[in-house]
Amino acid sequence: MSITLTQSAADRIQSFLENRGKGVGLRLGVKTSGCSGMAYVIEFADEIGSDDEVFENKGVRILVDAKSLIYLDGTELDYGKEGLNEGFTFNNPNVKDNCGCGESFTV
Amino acid sequence: MALLQISEPGQTAAPHQHKLAAGIDLGTTNSLVATVRSGKAEILPDVEGMHLLPSVVRYCETGAPQVGAIAKQSAISDPRNTISSVKRYVGRGLADICKGCSRSEYEFVDSDSSVPRIRTVAGDISPVEVSAEILKNLKLRAEETLGGELTGVVITVPAYFDDAQRQSTKDAAQLAGLQVLRLLNEPTAAAVAYGLDKGSEGVHVIYDLGGGTFDISILRLNRGVFEVMSTAGNTALGGDDLDRIIAQWLIQQAGLDPSALSAGQMRATLLEACRAKEALSDAEVVGVSLSVTDGSVADDAVWQGELTRTQLYELIDPLIQKTLSSCRRALRDAGIDVDEIEDVVMVGGSTRSPRVRELVGEFFHCEPMVDIDPDKVVAAGAAIQADILVGNKPDDEMLLLDVIPLSLGIEIMGGLVEKIISRNTTIPSAKAQDFTTFKDGQTALAVHVVQGERELVSDCRSLARFELRGIPPMVAGNARIRVTFQVDADGLLSVTAREQISGVESTVQVKPSFGLTDGEIETMLRESMSHAQEDIAARMLREQQVEADRIIESVESAIVADAQLLSAEERSQIDVALSELRKMRDGDDPRKIKQAIEALNTASTDFAARRMDASIQSAMTGHKVDEF
Repeated sequence: MSITLTQSAADRIQSFLENRGKGVGLRLGVKTSGCSGMAYVIEFADEIGSDDEVFENKGVRILVDAKSLIYLDGTELDYGKEGLNEGFTFNNPNVKDNCGCGESFTV
Repeated sequence: MALLQISEPGQTAAPHQHKLAAGIDLGTTNSLVATVRSGKAEILPDVEGMHLLPSVVRYCETGAPQVGAIAKQSAISDPRNTISSVKRYVGRGLADICKGCSRSEYEFVDSDSSVPRIRTVAGDISPVEVSAEILKNLKLRAEETLGGELTGVVITVPAYFDDAQRQSTKDAAQLAGLQVLRLLNEPTAAAVAYGLDKGSEGVHVIYDLGGGTFDISILRLNRGVFEVMSTAGNTALGGDDLDRIIAQWLIQQAGLDPSALSAGQMRATLLEACRAKEALSDAEVVGVSLSVTDGSVADDAVWQGELTRTQLYELIDPLIQKTLSSCRRALRDAGIDVDEIEDVVMVGGSTRSPRVRELVGEFFHCEPMVDIDPDKVVAAGAAIQADILVGNKPDDEMLLLDVIPLSLGIEIMGGLVEKIISRNTTIPSAKAQDFTTFKDGQTALAVHVVQGERELVSDCRSLARFELRGIPPMVAGNARIRVTFQVDADGLLSVTAREQISGVESTVQVKPSFGLTDGEIETMLRESMSHAQEDIAARMLREQQVEADRIIESVESAIVADAQLLSAEERSQIDVALSELRKMRDGDDPRKIKQAIEALNTASTDFAARRMDASIQSAMTGHKVDEF
């Protein structure tokens, strides 16, 4: 079981957390919605839940709840640029199919 | 693959439901657009990585107008079709514009709609349309960057913008296809950017010294609510003036004749002045040079000299002191002491000057806040506010209160102003006042909405006129007309007049009218101070004149109706008092008018009593006591 970050993703998360001034880490997860079945959740975390799995990678604490972890195991979180836009992307080996925009996926 | 942003706990939006919001700082010289991503306000750069968009639009014979740096380059080669600093013209009448700047850079065309237009090769363009081009460019930049359509934007405006200017800014946004969530005062946006709303309660000062304008605002944070206590400033004082005064010194030192300098030389001198100013931030002394090619010396001759920091301070200190006197006035308006101030936020590129920081720090007895880039702080604050308003942060209950910069009122008899909402009232706000009719059987009332601090209508800015018709005929003073002023959260005004007895109402959308007085609010405020005494004297005089007119009219009509009740002696006494009052009424001493009014009152008291008796008698004749 593992979740990893690229260096650029780790740097951005660090600076966002510092800027926010509070939070114990970053929460990743999935929820069932969207055009292809599931959508990613990426949020600041203020507390660690009882069924959370905690990963430390490149100095950043990542929280994933047990249910989401099944779909996220092995994921690498990246931060990149696309034209003028920039943001996070999930390199998730469990994904079978993306919707056209990549905001939701099926496993 | 979509690019995702970090959300607050529990607020991840469903796919395709991200609400994109942006904050726009629509500046005189430069404009910026910012958005909140992953909890942080970021200024959005263009394809070339530039954050600032020069507020310049160039109209071409064919094709779309050019906006930004590309338009700015053609400012010299194609001045008539390249429009810059359009913010100075938005929401202003032609008369205002001509008064404001002596050099008419553009060819203004007076159109029927009272909105002046600028003649270009692409046709006659209104300032609102020029602003819309700048906004369109920023909108495109934001939508390309964020990858979606903007749900809404917050646009910042100077705290001094009046209703006409605010409405025009909204019109420009609409034209650009933007949904305006709210107009936000620039200083308020700066306070939000620094997160002062989350900090300690207390009084905060926003010191904004831009390229061409200076604004000071005093905000109070009280139980999580921001309230703008007062604003002051100078619409014609900024960093450009610092450069100009240094340039003048250079010209003088070099022994040049300023009037003989070409435009190019003047520009070079200003650039040199700016360079020297910035170099002296670190160095004690800086070498300066000017190319002297006025014909009297051989071409390429160069004047060399040096400017020390002490000399620089001597040059710019008077200008900085001017800003501090505005600060003093703002403090007085807010009714607070320097020691009550928690912190001072610096906004605008000119606040990078260490001397400005030093003197401002001394004045307010505290270290000014300079952490955020002073050029970007306003846009960042607008972005944070937009993010909240669009609903991305529902638990945040930040409420921003702004103030009305100038009093709003209506014209009453004698050309006087009755203020309904006074200056520095927090908005949104609604106030009502009752008025009545002046003449018997009056069926209409003209409402003239004005803005300003002076006592006479002629010294204030006219905003709108409308009429309330259909008042049932009544004796003068019997009608009850309630005039309600309502200012919404954007600082826009609507006025309603309603006759209470019959219920006739005139809910007129105030259409900002342009060009009656100089919109320079600073001047208006200053004049209201310097003219305070004569204004009050003028008001007293007008009040007495109105009263005199009323009395003269009623006595005259009584004489016409009941002349037979007067003896010849009484009649001549009243006539003497009447003519004396008429003479005094046209004079300029309110006390003498008052005395003459009293004299006429005394002379006609018996007559009035007899008229009363007579009318009662005629009413009672032929009736029994029981019938009453």
